Formats: sequence, C-alpha cells, structure tokens
Amino acid sequence: MVDVMHGVPEPRPAAETEDVELYHPHSWITKYVFSQDAKVIAIQYSLTALAIGLVALVLSWLMRLQLGFPGLVSFIDPERYYQLITMHGMIMVIYLLTALFLGGFGNYLIPLMLGARDMVFPYVNMLSYWIYLLAVLVLVSGFLVPGGAAGAGWTLYPPQAILANTPGQQWGIIVLLVSLILFIIGFTMGGLNYVVTVLQGRARGMTLMRMPLTIWGIFTATVMALLAFPALFVAAVMMLLDRLLGTSFFMPAIIAMGEPLAYKGGSPILFQHLFWFFGHPEVYIVALPAFGIVSDLISTHARKNIFGYRMMVWALIAIGALSFVVWAHHMYVSGMYPAFGFFFATTTLIIAIPTAIKVYNWVLTLWQGDIHLTVPMLFALGFIVTFVNGGLTGLFLGNVVVDVPLSDTMFVVAHFHMVMGVAPILVIFGAIYHWYPKVTGRMLHDGLGKLHFWVTFLGAYAIFFPMHYIGLMGVPRRYHEIGGIALVPPSAATLNEFITVAALIVGTAQLVFLFNLVWSLGHGQPAGGNPWRATTLEWQTPHTPPAHGNWGETLPVVYRWPYDYSVPGAAEDFLPQNQPPVPRTG
Amino acid sequence: MNEIAPTTLNAKAGHASGWRGIVADWSSDQRAFKTVSWGKAMMWIFLLSDTFIFGTFLISYMTVRASTVVPWPNPSEVFALEIGGRQLPLLLIAIMTFVLISSSGTMAMAVNFGYRRERRKTAILMLATALLGVTFVSMQAFEWTKLIREGVRPWGNPWGADQFGSSFFMITGFHGTHVTIGVIFLAIIARKVWRGDFDHGRRGFFTSRKGRYEIVEITGLYWHFVDLVWVFIFALFYLW
Repeated sequence: MVDVMHGVPEPRPAAETEDVELYHPHSWITKYVFSQDAKVIAIQYSLTALAIGLVALVLSWLMRLQLGFPGLVSFIDPERYYQLITMHGMIMVIYLLTALFLGGFGNYLIPLMLGARDMVFPYVNMLSYWIYLLAVLVLVSGFLVPGGAAGAGWTLYPPQAILANTPGQQWGIIVLLVSLILFIIGFTMGGLNYVVTVLQGRARGMTLMRMPLTIWGIFTATVMALLAFPALFVAAVMMLLDRLLGTSFFMPAIIAMGEPLAYKGGSPILFQHLFWFFGHPEVYIVALPAFGIVSDLISTHARKNIFGYRMMVWALIAIGALSFVVWAHHMYVSGMYPAFGFFFATTTLIIAIPTAIKVYNWVLTLWQGDIHLTVPMLFALGFIVTFVNGGLTGLFLGNVVVDVPLSDTMFVVAHFHMVMGVAPILVIFGAIYHWYPKVTGRMLHDGLGKLHFWVTFLGAYAIFFPMHYIGLMGVPRRYHEIGGIALVPPSAATLNEFITVAALIVGTAQLVFLFNLVWSLGHGQPAGGNPWRATTLEWQTPHTPPAHGNWGETLPVVYRWPYDYSVPGAAEDFLPQNQPPVPRTG
Repeated sequence: MNEIAPTTLNAKAGHASGWRGIVADWSSDQRAFKTVSWGKAMMWIFLLSDTFIFGTFLISYMTVRASTVVPWPNPSEVFALEIGGRQLPLLLIAIMTFVLISSSGTMAMAVNFGYRRERRKTAILMLATALLGVTFVSMQAFEWTKLIREGVRPWGNPWGADQFGSSFFMITGFHGTHVTIGVIFLAIIARKVWRGDFDHGRRGFFTSRKGRYEIVEITGLYWHFVDLVWVFIFALFYLW
C-alpha cells in the first residue's frame, strides 16, 4: 500500500445529517433541576457521586480506626465493621466510580468532544440521573432501617448474605439489592444515550478514528457496562427472591443452630459466577475511561501527539472484550475444576499484553515531550506509576498457585485498591483539575492542587504498600480484629497503626480539594476558553462555560485528529481539531 | 500550493480493502450506521442488553436445573390440560405460542401500513397486536392460577425440585412483564398514530424529539424481540 495521497482530499466533509432542533427549557426548574442538558446532568451526576463518595470515605476511616487501634471506637463491633466494609465497597465501586466516570464525565465530554449539541435523547438522559439519585437515596436509607445496612461483604456471597444473624439481613440487604436494580435501570438509560451519541451523533469530519481517546474509553466502557450489568441485575433479582419469597436459587440445604432451614438444592457458586461475570468487566468499566482520560491529559500537557493512537484504540477494545472471559479468576478457591483455573489464568495473563501496550505508549508519549508539570499532569503521572504497581500484583493473583495462598488476605485488598481504587481516583482528580476551567470558567488554585496531589499520592502509597506486606504475612481480610493469632507477628499491629494514620491524613487532604472546588468557583483565576491550549473540540466552544446547545449558530467541522501538538511548521504548537488545513509556513 | 494535509487516519479509506476497509467504513464520518436513525439504534442496543438479561436468566435456570439433586418435574405432565377426560400435554402453551407468533404478524403489517401513511389501518393493526398480547398475558395468568391451585409455589411444589416453581414464576413473570410493557407502548403509539401526531411532527413521547412514523417500526422491533425470547423460553423450559 502506497502512502501517497493523490490530490488534496476534500478538506470540508459533506454533512450527512441536518442540524438537530433542540429542546429549550422555559423555566428555572427545567433549566437547572429537571434539566435535559447533558452538561447540567453531568454536574448533577458528579456532585451526587462525590457526595456519596465522601460517605464511603468516612466509612473507610472508621474501618481503619478499628484495624489500627482495635477497640478504640467502641461502637464498631464486628457487625458494624461488616456493614462498613460492605457499604464502603459498594459505594466506591458502583455509586462513585461508575457513576462519576460514565454519568459525570461521559455526559459532559461526549457531546462536547464530538461536536454534538446534546445527547441524542435528552429526556431519557434526565431520567437516568433521577433514577440514579433514587438509587443512591435507597442505598443510604440502608443506614436507617432496623438492623442497619447490609453487612454481607461487598460481594454479597450467599448463603451468608441472607442468613439470619448476618448483619443487615433484616432490611439492609433488601434495600441494597433494590438500590442496585434501580442503579442498573438508570444506568442503562444513560448508557444507551452515550453509545448512540458516539455511534450516530458526531460532528462533520469526526470519524471514529478521530475521536479523542477519552471518548473511546468511555464508549468502550459503556458498551461493556450494558453487557455486564445484566448479570448483576439477574443476580440481584434472584437473591431478592431468595430473601423475600424463600426460593432457593442460591441457597443449599443448611442446618443452622441445629435446625434445618427451609432452603434446599440451590447453588451458591452460581451467584459467584453471575457476580463476577459482572464484577470483572466492572473493573475495566472503571479503568477504561481512566485510560482514555489519562491519554488525553498526557498528550495535552506534554505537548506531543499520543504515541500509537490506533493501537491505543485497539488495546481498549481488546481489553474490553477479554475482560468478559476472565471472571472465574476471582473464584480459584471456590473448588472449581482445575482445568478451568488453567483457562482463566491464561486469559487473565493475556490481558497484560494490551495493557502493557497502553503503558508503553503513555511512556513513549512522554518521551522527549515538553512536559508541563501542571496538576492534571501530576495526577496522570501518578496514575501510570500506581497502575503499573497494581497491575504487577495482578500478575501474582492471576496465577492459580500464587493466588491460592494469597486469597482472602490483605494482599488482595492492597492489590485491588491500587489498581481500581487509587489509580482511577487519581485520574478523576486529574480530570477535574483539567476540565474544571471549562465547566466553571475559572482555574482551580494551583498551590492547593499540588498540595492535594502530593499528600494523596504519597499517602496512598503509605497506606497500600505496607498492606501488601501484611497480606504476605497471612493477615486475612475482613477480620474485625486479628487478636493473638500465632501466625501474625506483632509487627503487623504496628504497620496497621501506621496505615491508619496515613489513611486519616489522606482523607483529610480531600478536604483541601473540596475547599479548592468551592473557593475557586468565586475566586479562581479566570480561565479563558482554552487555558491548556488543547486541541479537542470542547476547548473550542464559543462560550465558556458552554451555553445550551454548545456551539452557538454553527456546528464545528472536524479536519484532523485530536493530537496535533507541536506540528512542525505550524504557527502554534497545537492545531485544534476544527482548524482547516493551513498553508505551510516554514 | 503546499498544504499540511489534515492528519486523517483514514485518508486512504477509499482505497482500503479487507479488514482495514471494514474498519474504515465503520468508523467513517458522523454515523457508523448510515441509514439507521437514533431511535432505532437505541432500540437495537437496548435489545442487545436485554438479550443478556434473558440469556442470564435462562442460563441460571439451566444451571440450577442441572445442579439440583432432586428430580425435575416432567413439564409435559405439569403443563397438560385435562379436556374430555384426556390429558393433552402442552396444549395451553401451544395456543399461547401461536397467539404470540401471530401477534408478530399483525405487528409487521402495522409497520408496513405505517410507512404508507395509512393511519387508520396502522392503528387498528397495532391495537390488534396489543389485543393478542393481552390474550397471551391472560392465558399466562390462567396458567399461573392453575399451577398455584395445584400447589406450585416459588419455594416448592408437589412433584420435585423446588427450583422448578422458582424458575417458572421468575422467568415467565419477567417475560410477561415485558409483554405487558409492550402492550402499553403499543396502545400509546397507536393512539398517537390515530391522532396523526406523526404527520405534523408533534414532540415525541419519551424522547423530547419530533416524532416520526418510524416509532411504529421501533415498537415493532421490541415486540418481535419479546416474541423471539418466548421461543427460547418455550424450547428450554417447556420442551426440555
């Protein structure tokens, strides 16, 4: 194939569809509360997710207090501790990370980055947020019902989850399952919007292979979520029936306190399969948007085109597809047939290949780049390091023989917090520092941002590095108190105290971030339309913050890919995607 | 004039063939599916997601059926009707299946007349479809009543594995809910067709965009899907 183009290609692609006519709100309520504008919905999603995330942060403090200083806080008895674990995990994974990446960033960035006026179905989009809010409220009500919130561990494994004497068995588990079902319904409404907007609603010239990687990440993750959440939906429905109607889908025959229960003949392993068929893709539903966003942050703040754009796209798709065939690596100790362990270990380790492609490409993008150590860039760099760290321990746990002794230890806790807790959260922070100027028109305070970054980044390592070590010593996860078990040396207690102190400090540092968010709203430096001198369309809007309909009179036309930084011969060191081809100057 | 060519990754698209050509076509300007409207794309993707829900329900049912150690009740005896002193296996289910499949036929005709702008015929055929749907749900209600009278409960039944009742009520209930929702949608859209909303582009229901006759086809997609799912439930639950 010859790489020469015959003649200059038509620079202005013909329009395939006419401009859409927009729904215009008429009152304050329809403009800012029951809004159909994706930008308002995005902010609603983000604030709700951050608020519930703050609750989960406090829960983690309480857990750490108990682990570091057992008995210090008297109201954390073993049952409360279980409720803390369960709610912390559920909130962080689903109600914070999934909702913030897809509902928050997805809603804000998809129409703007693709040059659309709005999502394709604004009304359904609005419903999506309100159902999400309802799901969050139902979830929080778990703290208030008799018996308290669900305490079955965030994986909700039956039979324990619905047996009497499990904390939250009375109402908490019901409320949690209902909340999950609501979340999935709401998410599906939003997810359909994101997918159709990406596939069918782009600006002229915006081919799929000219989309910023942020959009590729969000798009792939949304498709995965639409295919993975059904398994959780079904599992939640069946467990709800087991709990409420006394069916035995997941419940085997059980003798409790010498009395046989009414359940018989169900399969607890079936729940594990369903849960992890959702659960493993969920890891990448959270990670892929982070991958995409971090690619854009690095390219923009290193003033260099992303290395290997095409491979980055294919790697995203490959990771998304592979993540559907690895779920049982969460179940090596469930007693499954050993040959399956071999299969799932193989597929798990294959995922390392596309993931490594991405990491190398990020590093090669940085290579000889004009690196600006802005706050978003710091968070992006922090992400790469953290993700590599968490990924490497993933190789340990993906192998059956290594996983079996490490299973259910703090090593696992440290692993997944590094790879799907800290790493995506760092990207969320980086992305907020990056796009806040577009959302509000003002920059976040730089000094506070750097303080926030360094405390969070170093603090996260102070928390989770020692936790690997504790896990290797054999300290099990989910234990309310270790006590005097012979295999655990006293030094573990010292490390636990250290981790707790670090966790309290990191948690407090988030207050700096919240203060920054609020303070900069009124006092931040005016940002202008394109403070980072970025190429993607959202920075080229006629108004900042973008007005209803995003683009004023005429829709943008896209002429180039999103990574034209430092193009030789160009007047500026960046060429926006909607800039027509220019005569060569040099 | 020497120009910096726009950095297009598929400048060569017109010449590409094989896999590269497929990727280039698919990722081309503005829309991935050229002739597909937003509403139709959304329905197809929703149905894909819904397929996973039904697929998971059915796989879960097959798993519990395969893993329970108690014998499974014989469907052709359980689902038999006694008429004139003779046991006719699966008679009711056969009629239900026939009714539902027929409703797909009337739905397809409604779509055809919709595109011909024959409002009255479209609306009548949609209502006929809805009526067949209601018939289906009513027969399902009859079947549920019969089984409950005979002692089948979600937590047990007189003939064998407890999971029989649980799976039966869950799966047919979930499917019946889909049919019911479809009936409601059909009624709403039929009313709009009858009123002529789509001739003067009145704002669409559920989308806040201008409505078009295509909504008849989109409703039809959903209806055919619910129908298709029933075939799988029929095969895997009643015939196995």
